[in-house]
Amino acid sequence: MIEVKDLYKEFNGSTVLKGISTTFEKGKTNMIIGQSGSGKTVFLKCLLGLHIPEKGIISFDGRIQSELGIKERRQLRQDMGMVFQGGALFDSLTIEENILFPLKMFTDKSKSEMLDRVNAVLNRVKLENVNNKFPAELSGGMQKRVAIARAIVMNPKYLFCDEPNSGLDPRTATVIDNLIQEITDEYQIITIINSHDMNSVMEIGEKIIFLKNGINAWEGTNEEIFETENEAVVEFVYSSNLFKKVREAYLSKTK
Amino acid sequence: MNYLKHIGKYFIMLRQVFKKPQKWSVFRELLFREIDDLGLKSMGIIMFISFFVGGVVAIQTALNVDSPFIPKYLIGFATKRGIILEFAPTFMSIILAGKVGSYITSSMGTMRVTEQIDALEVMGINSLNYLVLPKILAALFFYPILILLSMFMGIIGGYYAGLLTDLFYSEDYIYGIQLDFDPYYIKYALTKAVVFAFVITTIPAYHGFYVKGGSLEVGRASTKAVVWTSIVIILLNYFLTQMLLG
Repeated sequence: MIEVKDLYKEFNGSTVLKGISTTFEKGKTNMIIGQSGSGKTVFLKCLLGLHIPEKGIISFDGRIQSELGIKERRQLRQDMGMVFQGGALFDSLTIEENILFPLKMFTDKSKSEMLDRVNAVLNRVKLENVNNKFPAELSGGMQKRVAIARAIVMNPKYLFCDEPNSGLDPRTATVIDNLIQEITDEYQIITIINSHDMNSVMEIGEKIIFLKNGINAWEGTNEEIFETENEAVVEFVYSSNLFKKVREAYLSKTK
Repeated sequence: MNYLKHIGKYFIMLRQVFKKPQKWSVFRELLFREIDDLGLKSMGIIMFISFFVGGVVAIQTALNVDSPFIPKYLIGFATKRGIILEFAPTFMSIILAGKVGSYITSSMGTMRVTEQIDALEVMGINSLNYLVLPKILAALFFYPILILLSMFMGIIGGYYAGLLTDLFYSEDYIYGIQLDFDPYYIKYALTKAVVFAFVITTIPAYHGFYVKGGSLEVGRASTKAVVWTSIVIILLNYFLTQMLLG
């Protein structure tokens, strides 16, 4: 379990995160939503250890991030997988080399064992015959799948995704969503997704956290988000006519 | 004040760079790749420029010492001195600052804006050590070789200029380049090459690593890196000359 208690983060005197507290459970897909500038990315970067919070505790299965030494922190990072918004694949390396990279850096496996693992994760994300291609030769959706493959190649305990669907067509976005949810179930990991995509939120958000001005303004499941009366959530999530109608249909069906 | 901030940040960066590599086998692979990218791929341009500049130096000297009281072998002597002491170590380094420096800044800057550096950090990798140390070591090892090559090609260029223009005899030129040869000058030139190699890799790496924004900022950072690297090379050249020859 990841526990966050009273997290504060400032930049040049302006407080971006104002006392966020929440928990993320094993085997669940957690979504962080909120307007641009609400603190989502900063929150995710604090969890990843890329930003050091001014105050508060982040605990990964009892390991308190701020109390870890260099070695333990490095170990913690090896338990994390991250899918960046643009994929962040190393463009000078082939797909195979990209996925091999963490294995080469952190394991003493033989070359054949490493290649077996690379092929296994590529199969898991349903990619074939791409080993010797470079990232620029693949479509956006395929690059995201490679990024997921690289993120899970070390069998992480925690998977973080920053806007995994941005720039993808709705069909590919659904494929990526389903893939992330299947991997979360299969590996029993904690997945935290930063997203603007309300389709994703409704589809796979087992726990949804709504941030507003650096505050954890609402928490619930993808069913509770239909029923909430929280004005800020309703205004943000149901800003489009389509989602308004979906909500009305859901509420009339359940009443 | 802002300059002091950058200088401080640059030295803090160097402290992170000079750490033990996380995996030697990966580091060795990267080192060879950087020797190829930063060194071997610069050989062609170095040879080309040095050959023709050597030729021009010899022609200019020949035209300017056109007096019966000045022996012709001084053309070879002056060409050799000019190339070994200044042209090869200093001006080749400025050319390399343009070629290699902009490559380092733009490649690292692109990695920064496309979150590839963040990806390294999230994996628990010291990104500065991983990206910059192999570049520095590759340059420290290979640039003296490039500078020696530049000296050789410059002197050969001068020889062929004499052959093609008939401004001086090749025997005089060969006598001139052998006259009063002091091996210390080679040591001096290579010392400068090593110092400049460090500057050519670390200043552009600093500008690339800390770039913020998008592709436009990466372009600006590359320009800035080349300008600052050239300025630092020129200043260091002055101090090194004073220290080593003064």
